[in-house]
Amino acid sequence: MTPLTYENGKESIWFKISHAVTGFVRENMGILIGLIVLCIFISIVNPDFLSSNNLMNVLRQTSTNMYLAIAMTMVIILGGIDLSVGSIIAVTGVVTTLLIAMLGFPVWVAVAAGLLVGMLFGAFNGYVVATTIIPPFIVTLATMNIARGAAYVFSDGKPVRVMSDSFNNIGSGYIGGFLPAPVLYLIIILIIAYIIMNKTKLGRYMYAVGGNPEAAKFAGINIKKIKILAYTFSGLMAGVAGIVLSSRMFSGQPTAGDMAELDAIAAVVLGGTSMAGGSGKIGGTVIGALIIGVLSNGLNLMGVSSFWQYIVKGTVILIAVYADVIKKRNQL
Amino acid sequence: MSAKLLSMNRITKSFPGVNALKEAGLQLEAGEVHALLGENGAGKSTLIKVLGGIYQPDDGEIFVNGKKVTIEKVTDAQANGVSIIHQEIVLVPYLSIAENIYLGREPLTKSGFVDLEKMIVDSKKYLADFGLDLNPKTIIRELTVAQQQMIEIIKAVSFEAKIIVMDEPTSSLTDKEVKSLFQTIRSLKKRQVGIIYISHRMEELFEITDHITVMRDGEYVGTVKTKETTHDQLVAMMVGRSLSNIYYREKGWETSETVLEVHHLSKQGVIEDISFDLKKGEILGFSGLVGAGRSELMRCIFGIDDYDSGEILLNGKHVKIEQPNDAMNQGLAYVPENRKDQGLFLSKAVDYNMSIKILDKFIKGLRVNDKVEQQQVDHYINELNIKTPHAKQTVRNLSGGNQQKVLISRWLATKPDVLILDEPTRGVDVGAKFEIYSIMQKLVEEGVSIIMISSELPEVINMSDRVVVMYKGKVGNILNGKEIKQEQIMYYATGGGKR
Repeated sequence: MTPLTYENGKESIWFKISHAVTGFVRENMGILIGLIVLCIFISIVNPDFLSSNNLMNVLRQTSTNMYLAIAMTMVIILGGIDLSVGSIIAVTGVVTTLLIAMLGFPVWVAVAAGLLVGMLFGAFNGYVVATTIIPPFIVTLATMNIARGAAYVFSDGKPVRVMSDSFNNIGSGYIGGFLPAPVLYLIIILIIAYIIMNKTKLGRYMYAVGGNPEAAKFAGINIKKIKILAYTFSGLMAGVAGIVLSSRMFSGQPTAGDMAELDAIAAVVLGGTSMAGGSGKIGGTVIGALIIGVLSNGLNLMGVSSFWQYIVKGTVILIAVYADVIKKRNQL
Repeated sequence: MSAKLLSMNRITKSFPGVNALKEAGLQLEAGEVHALLGENGAGKSTLIKVLGGIYQPDDGEIFVNGKKVTIEKVTDAQANGVSIIHQEIVLVPYLSIAENIYLGREPLTKSGFVDLEKMIVDSKKYLADFGLDLNPKTIIRELTVAQQQMIEIIKAVSFEAKIIVMDEPTSSLTDKEVKSLFQTIRSLKKRQVGIIYISHRMEELFEITDHITVMRDGEYVGTVKTKETTHDQLVAMMVGRSLSNIYYREKGWETSETVLEVHHLSKQGVIEDISFDLKKGEILGFSGLVGAGRSELMRCIFGIDDYDSGEILLNGKHVKIEQPNDAMNQGLAYVPENRKDQGLFLSKAVDYNMSIKILDKFIKGLRVNDKVEQQQVDHYINELNIKTPHAKQTVRNLSGGNQQKVLISRWLATKPDVLILDEPTRGVDVGAKFEIYSIMQKLVEEGVSIIMISSELPEVINMSDRVVVMYKGKVGNILNGKEIKQEQIMYYATGGGKR
């Protein structure tokens, strides 16, 4: 057990940080080792992996999955699931690009409208989950179809091309010449998520609602509100991912984000969050997403065909989660 | 004398078809521990739920410190200083002690964020007050059940509760943990908190309470001073009703042939050193209060749960029962207590539910012999008088009594030698009860031996040839013939006669 460190008044900030870091490492020891072993293995096979260019590349490619996975962590902690994020990526991308290309909206207005579309889909999920007895799996499965269909209807099934530097810079630009813009968004989102989960009532209540709904009710927590907020956040994050992706592809594509929800869920589960709800950490999810990102980058560097990549990815997920379950059981 | 801390007067509450409370009441002084005692279904929980704002009474008044209050929802109860510690623990498993204590009313910093430091410092004070050497940052899941219970109590106290209700607080605690709970209760008394203590365990009531209020069938029976009463007097108050002769059964099994013997069966923390035997054609009743370990014992015998030590003999031979299938092959059948969760496939038809255990009888290879199945099903529908329009009716649409008969018939179809019935008449109407009793009678005449777990004393007394009374996972006594009386059963079921 950790010593009672707060006995003599306040902890110093450095103590807090070092405490947080050691706690993080201890909690995620298993997958951290997995990630490091994976990196070492890949860099032995192909030393290019460790080049700063490639590492930034990995981060940039992983960042959209991380947006989704961070929000997915909250939804799963709540005892829910969100299958609709992949389709929301497509519909927000299509709406944003249509507004710019067809209707000539200023980029920032179109982006705001795209984010709003994502939030609305998320809020709809949350509202239906919170006010009916339809299981979240079904609700978001339905929304997944609706949003995908909407993307096809709006775009008439064809990519919507955008010729705008300022729009393209959203996803492809660099900050200070080295930091990819999507990674900057990721850092901002991580800070916000950290504050939500650790500093606000909202974060605490997510654990309460997912861990013991009865206790949450007795404590007078507004369960509906918590659910609606979490799903709305998930929709918003899908919107951010949709805009970043369409910007990088110079077009809004109705097929974008196909199966993205499954990568996000895989990252969450790899990160040690229980599908049963009530437990889990954003930090673990970040490592989980990194494992998935490093793995596909490494397989690309090694020239493994994308067909085989699916098989490798599936196998790694199965083994990693099984190892985690065994480890947790032995701890008890 | 000043006003009572709490007065509940003439509280009446009825549910469709049942009078749960009939002018029941309770008077609580500040700084006292007041026990609420009664059989299963006497109305204790209902009364507490009225106090906690979960049920609205149809009639009656509640006074706190002499002031009349209305308690319409959970938060009203809290506002009036009432805090209820439920039998099941309601904490959030993956939050820390501090976060659980302040769940729903977190202190905030000036910038609007949760003030974790204040929560931790204050929680630490509470933990120290109760002599608990725990880090407030510890996650609830890492605590023992007893520690979690203490956190529930601390949570209640931190609400500044003046009235704390503890519903069976010791049911999952070890003796040592009970001791520390009692210390806590004594320190609460010193702070002038009034405690309503619900427990079936008499020795606990004599140790910790000041007054005991007895309820029976939803009515107030009386309040006695703990110091001036006896176990016998309390039992008399609890059962003091005349037995209605719902079913009279000619008893007296002639045979001495033993079918089932259980020797020294134990499972850590659940049952301890249980021994009994079952004769051919006998109905052996199992009585005891909720949590005495009756169903758990049967689950061990039937191979649903493992046991640590002991042995089971069938017809004089040792048997190894590791899973329900083994038990079935040995001629055992078990009709569980909760037919909806553990027994029936509600959305399936009557015939499906009946024949699921005996499918190999009419499935030969790939061929299903519908005709044989149909005959079987019709046979039981007639035999047990199951009221269903046809065999394809969905079980959900049958009455409780007929559902129970479907479940019994499923097991009869396996032609068991020993039939274990767990609360066979719970939730069925009087007519169906009678029919189930007749079925049981017919079965024992055919030589089947029946173990019947029941919480209804009249049923146990009228139906059983012998009665095993259980208390805290042990056999309190085995009653025979004339000894089978309400007072005797209740005496042993509440821990009387224990060395």
